[in-house]
Amino acid sequence: MLKGRLGGFAFQAIAFVLALGFVSLILLAVGASPIEAYKNILTGSVGSMRKFAEVLVSFVPLLLVTAGLLITFSAGLWNIGVEGQIVLGAIGTTWAMRQFVDSSLSPVIIIFLSILAGMLFGAVWASFAGMLKTFGGVNEIFGGLGLNFVSTALTLYLIFGPWKREGVASMSGTEPFPDAFSLPQLPDLRISPWALGIALVAVVVVYFILNGTYFGLRIKAVGKNIRAAYLLGIPTWQYSLYSFLICGALAGLAGAMQVTAVYHRLIPSISSGYGYLGLMVAMLINYQAIWAVPIALFFAALNIGSIQLPIVMKLDSSLSGVLQGVLVLFVLMVEGARQKFVKKT
Amino acid sequence: MNQETLLVGLAGVLAAAAPIIFAVLGETLSERAGVINLSMNGTILLTAMSGFAVAYTTDSLLLGFLAGMLIGALVALIVAFSSITLNQSQVAVGFVLALTCRDLAYFLGNPFMGVSGPRLQAMPIPFLRDLPILGPVFFRQELITYVSYLAIFLAWLWIYRTRPGLMLQGIGEKPAAAYIRGANVNLMRYVYTVIGGALIGLAGPTYSLGVRAGWMGTISGLDGIGWIALSITIFGGWNPARAAFGAYLFAFLQWLGLVLQPVLTQVPSQVLQVAPFPLMILTLLLVNIGNAEWVERTLAAMPESARKFFSRMLRAMRASPPAALGVPFERD
Repeated sequence: MLKGRLGGFAFQAIAFVLALGFVSLILLAVGASPIEAYKNILTGSVGSMRKFAEVLVSFVPLLLVTAGLLITFSAGLWNIGVEGQIVLGAIGTTWAMRQFVDSSLSPVIIIFLSILAGMLFGAVWASFAGMLKTFGGVNEIFGGLGLNFVSTALTLYLIFGPWKREGVASMSGTEPFPDAFSLPQLPDLRISPWALGIALVAVVVVYFILNGTYFGLRIKAVGKNIRAAYLLGIPTWQYSLYSFLICGALAGLAGAMQVTAVYHRLIPSISSGYGYLGLMVAMLINYQAIWAVPIALFFAALNIGSIQLPIVMKLDSSLSGVLQGVLVLFVLMVEGARQKFVKKT
Repeated sequence: MNQETLLVGLAGVLAAAAPIIFAVLGETLSERAGVINLSMNGTILLTAMSGFAVAYTTDSLLLGFLAGMLIGALVALIVAFSSITLNQSQVAVGFVLALTCRDLAYFLGNPFMGVSGPRLQAMPIPFLRDLPILGPVFFRQELITYVSYLAIFLAWLWIYRTRPGLMLQGIGEKPAAAYIRGANVNLMRYVYTVIGGALIGLAGPTYSLGVRAGWMGTISGLDGIGWIALSITIFGGWNPARAAFGAYLFAFLQWLGLVLQPVLTQVPSQVLQVAPFPLMILTLLLVNIGNAEWVERTLAAMPESARKFFSRMLRAMRASPPAALGVPFERD
């Protein structure tokens, strides 16, 4: 019988094959060739340097969000409101940059302050869900979802209202910022090494917080058994709130990156579902920070690769979402089966 | 606004609430038995798409609705199997299914986007339709809306007035006690989750073959309704009648937002469109806040007369979930 780490990998491989098989059946059902679809996703994501740079562009916010969610998951919280926290981060950064448009400050300082504003907005938005949970007894899933919808409305309101473009407001977003306000990018590629660096540092910091500090230990204690943690003298509601704040700040940072490094303005779909995708990545890696980088990269590659599908094969690009979801589902189920049937023998 | 448009508007509210009522009743049954089916948002989209696709291909509305119920039941079966048999987190599995079913709906629904297909026609009930005021509001609806009235009544009757319903309450509140009473707790949880899933699956076709006929992919405007329905379930305190009231209230507020838009021109339309969501948070807060510890402490510190007033008010709004909601049952 397979045991330990290696056994775990074997079961995850089974889940992966099952997921791929299931999605292949769906593709066959709509009369498309699975091989061709997978090949298109592959070439569409790593087929060229330019495409891989796109993968990295989507990897940055996904990794930041996943890093933040590892904290809330460790505290036993389902921070589904992370999507709205990204949005508020983007709004905060846009707001700050708008204040500086005519200032003579050095762009470095402006970018730095704007990113901080994004993190602050994200953290404040997360604290709403946190306070609803700790003081109002409102489950964080429902509080968070409601706040997500409100954040989308707020974005639309700003784009079509107070921040509307000169002349006519449109779905294309607010007035783009001057070039000096963007994080420097690699020549000919859209990826900013600064954004990539920030995301990687964030995940290392989260790993360190969770595995190397007393603070992280207490957060995990709250998540494992809130009553026991309370009896041990940990102020549990404060730690719940801290974890919301940290996650919100990291989600806000993701939103800030979307503004300074990718879109250079506020657009209606600025969060692009990275919050929900981050929740899936966190589940798939079983909340272990060490796996965040490869899996987030893989999911980002699926997202970018599937953009080819409508162009080449006339298939909807939501296939990547199906593949990601089915994969997480099978991993959860295979893990359940392993615990049920293998451990008993 | 004259009386005619008001009555038509109210009739529209009842029709628009029908799918939400199916979803809320399904979720209520499932949660009463102790299983949270968080997949609702995805299930509604997937069943809306597949119900329409089946009705379009077979030219049979009945098959469309049945397909929706079947798929809803299947998704619920995955939730039940993963959580009851495989001991995985209901929230995790449900959430993944919510996203996956949504994307699956968009992927498979691609060829059916924007095509015009069959839809339900209004079916006024003879005699009742001619009642003053009540007739135009209640009895000139599509068949599925009448079914929604009936479903509220039946679900209420089942939970509160029958023996198996009593057992259902027991399974959700005190599974161990129900087990001693001879109930097969996990089997009953499977059954209620799947039946609840079938009801949720009725919501999708009610949209795509009725209230918002057709399939429009990402711009169908259905994304998010499942999450609202989940909060209405909580607002409803797991009581079908109160949950139905919540669904009607929500549909009414949405209609009100639409009606008021031309009047309140200084309020941007985006704000009115999302008005239900802050309201939803607020109602959840009101329903739940009575359970918070600091509220009890504050109440205890109040003078006698104020305390009576506030605690009575909180008790009226308060709703406590079934005690064993989301807790796996294992007999030792």
